[in-house]
Amino acid sequence: MLRLRNVDTFYGNIQALRGICLNIEEGEIVTLIGANGAGKTTTLMTICGVIPPLSGTIRFRDKPIQHLPPNKIVRMGISQVPEGRLIFPQLTVMENLELGAYLRTDKENIGKDLDYIFSLFPILAERAKQQGGTLSGGEQQMLAISRALMGRPTLLLLDEPSLGLAPIIIRQIFDIIKKVNEDGTTVFLVEQNANQALKIAHRGYVIENGAIMLEDSAERLLKNEAVRKAYLGI
Amino acid sequence: MNSELQYFFELVFSGITKGSIYALIALGYTMVYGIIELINFAHGEIYMIGAFTGLIVAGLLGIFGFPLLGVLAIAVICAIIWCAAYGYTIEKVAYRPLRNAPRLSPLISAIGMSIFLQNYVQLAQTSDFLPFPQLIPDFEFLDSIAYIVSSTDVVIIVLSAVVMTALHCFIKYTNMGKAMRATAQNRKMAMLLGIDADSIISVTFVIGSALAAIGGVLIASRMGSIDAYIGFLAGMKAFTAAVLGGIGSIPGAMFGGLVLGCCENLAAGYISSDYADVFAFLILVLILTFRPSGIFGRAPVQKV
Repeated sequence: MLRLRNVDTFYGNIQALRGICLNIEEGEIVTLIGANGAGKTTTLMTICGVIPPLSGTIRFRDKPIQHLPPNKIVRMGISQVPEGRLIFPQLTVMENLELGAYLRTDKENIGKDLDYIFSLFPILAERAKQQGGTLSGGEQQMLAISRALMGRPTLLLLDEPSLGLAPIIIRQIFDIIKKVNEDGTTVFLVEQNANQALKIAHRGYVIENGAIMLEDSAERLLKNEAVRKAYLGI
Repeated sequence: MNSELQYFFELVFSGITKGSIYALIALGYTMVYGIIELINFAHGEIYMIGAFTGLIVAGLLGIFGFPLLGVLAIAVICAIIWCAAYGYTIEKVAYRPLRNAPRLSPLISAIGMSIFLQNYVQLAQTSDFLPFPQLIPDFEFLDSIAYIVSSTDVVIIVLSAVVMTALHCFIKYTNMGKAMRATAQNRKMAMLLGIDADSIISVTFVIGSALAAIGGVLIASRMGSIDAYIGFLAGMKAFTAAVLGGIGSIPGAMFGGLVLGCCENLAAGYISSDYADVFAFLILVLILTFRPSGIFGRAPVQKV
């Protein structure tokens, strides 16, 4: 579904990604784990066209997207839940959700999707008229995921959804990610919380210093000695 | 009504009239600042170009003997289109190439644009005062209140109120309006939702310029004369109004304009008309000293 081949991305003259290759197949949950500054967020921003790669190809459903602007990429069905959630604080919860559907033309289905989202996160229905900035961290993460889902993506990119949240909320968020995947959305999950991420993922990649070091099924990565030492703290 | 009270109301109403115009111009400053954090110093010049466009169009139509209301309507519409084109072009030429430059660069570019436009209008038109025809008709049914507020002022106040209400509804309820607010709050996130930030920024300049054009034609018709320099003072006053209301805040700009117009007029009426401008800028100094975020502005809060 999504194929990255030899992708190099730079910030000025600092190279952040070095020859990244990765595949995501339809229906999978794929996770990318790595330490702070390894290039996880950059990978997502490169896929979305916010920081275009200097070289290499990115193909989504066999179409090259590495030179498209973000709005065209979103239109093709890739939505991102960015790190830090980036809720619009002075817009209501409802307005935040409506903006998730900004590019959609099938207005009649948007109401149905709202119902779906409110069934996943009933708390958002209660808070629909509140400003986004008044929500708690966990609620903001739920809103950020919901906003991305409102675009009806076929590929959902998640950047550290567990960051700064209480363990009970993290479990809830990961359950929802699993459910969203079972309902038909492919998920690419970037996480520092490798343990949780590998538990729900099918496959995983390990990134270090901007390069992919390891690629395997999630099960095997969980048992891998080096991964356990470096990322699982065991 | 005793004459003291009548004098007071006269001052207040003409203050509201001036204030409505300040508000119309201030909206352009505040909307642009809200989205790209740039004080668009060329904005006052847009207002001046609006007045000139109104003058030229009204002159042409006058030759053909159009009815007064028709002339006003066509002059305003032409000024809106012409100024919107200027606003769009200025953004594209002077600010867009500097989008990722340090913040000082577009500011300098804005000042340069302002000087350029002033001089260009001087060359293309004239540097002298030009008489501006009275385009706003006198309505007889307003005669009964003419001793405190003139028919012209009523028209300006009502028109500005209608325009600002329309803007408010546009920003609050349309998809484009929501996208504008989203872009103002977080441009990167707006892009990730598929909002084309560049076209939102263009739309912001177009709307701001259109509002300034309306202000330009209306106030020129009230004042009765224009020259190539009116943009500077009006721009400064409107900027003061935007800061007073809280720069970046749309209701703030409307409210700030009205407060500034009234304060200035009351000071002029009770102290000395020579001091009108002094009071306007005294407000700017006071607000920057004691409440730099303005009346409606808020200091940014980040939740972690």
